[in-house]
Amino acid sequence: MSDTVLTAPAGVNIPEFRQVGKPLPRTDAPGKTFGRTVYAGDIVMPNMLYAKVLRSTAASLTIKKVDASRARALPGVHAVLTAWDLPDRLVQTDIPGQTGQRSLNAAQPILVKDHVRFSGEALALVAAESLAIAEAALLLIDVESEPFPGVYDPFEAMKPEAPVVFGENNVIKTYKIRKGDAAKGFAEADLIVENTFHTQVQEQAFLEPEAGIAWVDENDVINIRVSTQVVEHFRAVADALGVPHNRVQVKSMFVGGGFGGKENITVELYLALLARATRRPVRLVFTREESFVAHGKRHPFTIRHRTGVKRDGTIVAAEADLTSDAGAYATLSPYILLYATIAAMGPYRVADLKFDSRTVATNNQPNDAFRGFGTMQACVAHEQQMDEIAKALKLDPIELRRRNFIRRGEKNSTGQTIESEVWSSRCVEAAWEALGPRASNRGSVRVGRGVACYQQSYGRISWFRDTCEAWVGIELDGTVIVRTAVTDIGAGQSSAVAQIAGEVLGVPLKEIVTYFGDTALNPLAGTSTASRALFMTGNAVKLAATAVRENLLGRAAKHFGLPVESLDIANSTVFVVNDPARTLPLPELAKMCATEGIHRNNLAIYRAPTSTGLDPETGQGRVFADFTYGAHAAEVEVDVETGEITVLKSVGAHDVGQAINRAAVEGQIEGSALMGQGFALSEEMKFREGRTLTTSLSEYLIPTAEDAPEIKAIVFESRSGFGPFGAKGIGEPAYAPVAASIANAVADAIGVRIHDLPITSEKVVRALRRAKTA
Amino acid sequence: MATEKRIALEVNGRRHELSVASNQTLLDLLRELGYVDVKCGCEKADCGACAVLMDGEAVDSCIVLAAMADGRRVTTVTGLGTPEKPHPLQAAFIENGATQCGYCIPGMIVAAKALLDRHPEPTDAEMRFGLSGNLCRCTGYTRIFSAIREAAGALKAKGARP
Repeated sequence: MSDTVLTAPAGVNIPEFRQVGKPLPRTDAPGKTFGRTVYAGDIVMPNMLYAKVLRSTAASLTIKKVDASRARALPGVHAVLTAWDLPDRLVQTDIPGQTGQRSLNAAQPILVKDHVRFSGEALALVAAESLAIAEAALLLIDVESEPFPGVYDPFEAMKPEAPVVFGENNVIKTYKIRKGDAAKGFAEADLIVENTFHTQVQEQAFLEPEAGIAWVDENDVINIRVSTQVVEHFRAVADALGVPHNRVQVKSMFVGGGFGGKENITVELYLALLARATRRPVRLVFTREESFVAHGKRHPFTIRHRTGVKRDGTIVAAEADLTSDAGAYATLSPYILLYATIAAMGPYRVADLKFDSRTVATNNQPNDAFRGFGTMQACVAHEQQMDEIAKALKLDPIELRRRNFIRRGEKNSTGQTIESEVWSSRCVEAAWEALGPRASNRGSVRVGRGVACYQQSYGRISWFRDTCEAWVGIELDGTVIVRTAVTDIGAGQSSAVAQIAGEVLGVPLKEIVTYFGDTALNPLAGTSTASRALFMTGNAVKLAATAVRENLLGRAAKHFGLPVESLDIANSTVFVVNDPARTLPLPELAKMCATEGIHRNNLAIYRAPTSTGLDPETGQGRVFADFTYGAHAAEVEVDVETGEITVLKSVGAHDVGQAINRAAVEGQIEGSALMGQGFALSEEMKFREGRTLTTSLSEYLIPTAEDAPEIKAIVFESRSGFGPFGAKGIGEPAYAPVAASIANAVADAIGVRIHDLPITSEKVVRALRRAKTA
Repeated sequence: MATEKRIALEVNGRRHELSVASNQTLLDLLRELGYVDVKCGCEKADCGACAVLMDGEAVDSCIVLAAMADGRRVTTVTGLGTPEKPHPLQAAFIENGATQCGYCIPGMIVAAKALLDRHPEPTDAEMRFGLSGNLCRCTGYTRIFSAIREAAGALKAKGARP
């Protein structure tokens, strides 16, 4: 199934872990497996009302009037809210988090007043006694509107005559990165390879549609329980409603999948408004159709590469030009563009480079965060470009990569020095080798193989000055409580931090409970986004648990009359290392501490490395704490008559720094393999004039059990990351190279490159036909 | 308008007699009765999150009318086992780390139960086909497949029908 290769860098002393790195069953697994886990949409309250949202079906309209009088008159309807009923405030999408910084100024109306900018935009909210009444009320809201010219393509939107979607023009943000002298580099090149690649809009397709419930309590606090990656939106909700921050409490439930699609506000604001208007609990659960039109998706990118290489494969100059379609509002598009621009060169060393990028507003659905956050789109382009270079130079694709991989201590495209291990070579070699014996061509079936490598950050942008807080305490019976507002979006966040506390305190996992995701009762942890949850929250929990351990051992040292260093804790028992028969059970020690007023808990803060930002002219500077490196390899077969593509084998090999839970890490790699396969071959949101055509899981095709190839996860542990015990982030990194490796495998199989994802059967047949006639 | 129908059904061994609207789905009824372990993912039988056993057959409860469950025996994931007495499938899902976000899991385990009832030792193709109506976005199915194989082995060793 899966291999772990434990290889430490020379000179590193590997501590013996008791829990960390083991594939322990996650603490959240039993609840989910026995059907006991309560998700946001499962909660029922006495007197609960049901909410619905009226959405525009057209993409660009001028609103004349929204008349809700007929809907309000319907028996059983308790509130109908339109823009005219709301405080005249905009929702700010910015750096959702805890630092209070604001740099984006991406504002969006809560409900439309003047101008519909995309199909799916919300016009009115209803709360009623039943879902059926709420649905009936939607039909009674009269909207008077006129068509308004829209624009649906980013390149059209940049033309001077294009309708302006919002602001002064449609270019929301541009970046440039300049390093060395690109012109000089190209002059020295033996060969210049130029290609343009295109990626499509991808839907997160989490299984649990957006859901939540809200009520106003006796202290006038708006309580919201919701499926979200970011509880810190409680501040944006309070600001939008004009209430103090301490009157909104958001608790995230176990999230039924997020992948970035629950990073922005979903139902929270609507619920808060309706609960306040009705003074009754209100529940809102999106239908699948609504989920398809309501949240932001993966940005489509057009990426042009021009790369100068020496005959031996050394890259001497690189130019990249990136354009993304932001859709109708800015959301996080500028940040996603920044990630893509920085990642344009992937994990390779280039002295002379010139990158330019822009994100452009259109009347398409807004695009927003999605696992990989621009880096994976960049990877789709740079890894296909690498294979095209290899082909032109008649070099082995892995050898070409090996000659150009960045190394630890070198500077990447923005001049940031790579401080952790870069194990790209061993990852790509291991992934390739794990493909095993190659399948053979037969009849009209051609077999092909491809690899892809990447450099993906984990942790947020350094100038956000990201922090995370966590509290760890030991109870009088020796059980341990972890409190931190991290959200658990399915990757095992709450279980992993328990495992970390257990490692430090010598307490078995089953003796630990993590209370997570509550903005009022738990210390704020920041978002479960940007592959930061384990890195940030893991570090904060480790700090807090270490402080508790020090207090406990300090008291135990007195008890034994020995120095602290001679003691250790395992299985909830303190023991003398050189004389393990001498023990002190933790419950006894905890009681001693309680009696004497010794602190049995600790609130810790972890601060990520910071920087001041990029030079606006050169794009040089530190952007991230650190990066994860790895590779994916795939073997496919392509029927050249029908164009049908089957993925046979899919292998991810990544240096995760240190696995906290082996099974969970491998699960991230395996899940990435199939999600990336969907992006490469079948998944594509389709639109006509901004109208969403794919609004069901029978039109938008994610891979099923029948599409799953043989998937293998290979985990390397350099113990050099910035996370707890040297861990690196893996949730997004594992996903970054998958689609590119499959695209390269298809090109290897059929000898023709298809530059636009997804690579459908139709595109294969067309490309082969074109190649034949050419 | 929908008419009412009086029905009697058994859910996880408990008998319910009640009136249902002729257009109410079984999914809606089960959740209304408190069986919220049955999840709603699409209401179109595309995702399988709402799968339950009806007289032993796996069905997507979102496209079964409640009235059609009259006189039938319905089993949800909660009815298969408990932490004290887990079904081998549940034990194997936990042991193998087959659960990530968990939202597809109630339907997935129900579908796996129906699969093992039909094919106690499923071939790879039978297993993939048997789960093809149950979407999972997190796991790549790798650990779900291993869990089902392990459960099949455990059931065979016990000499019991699943």
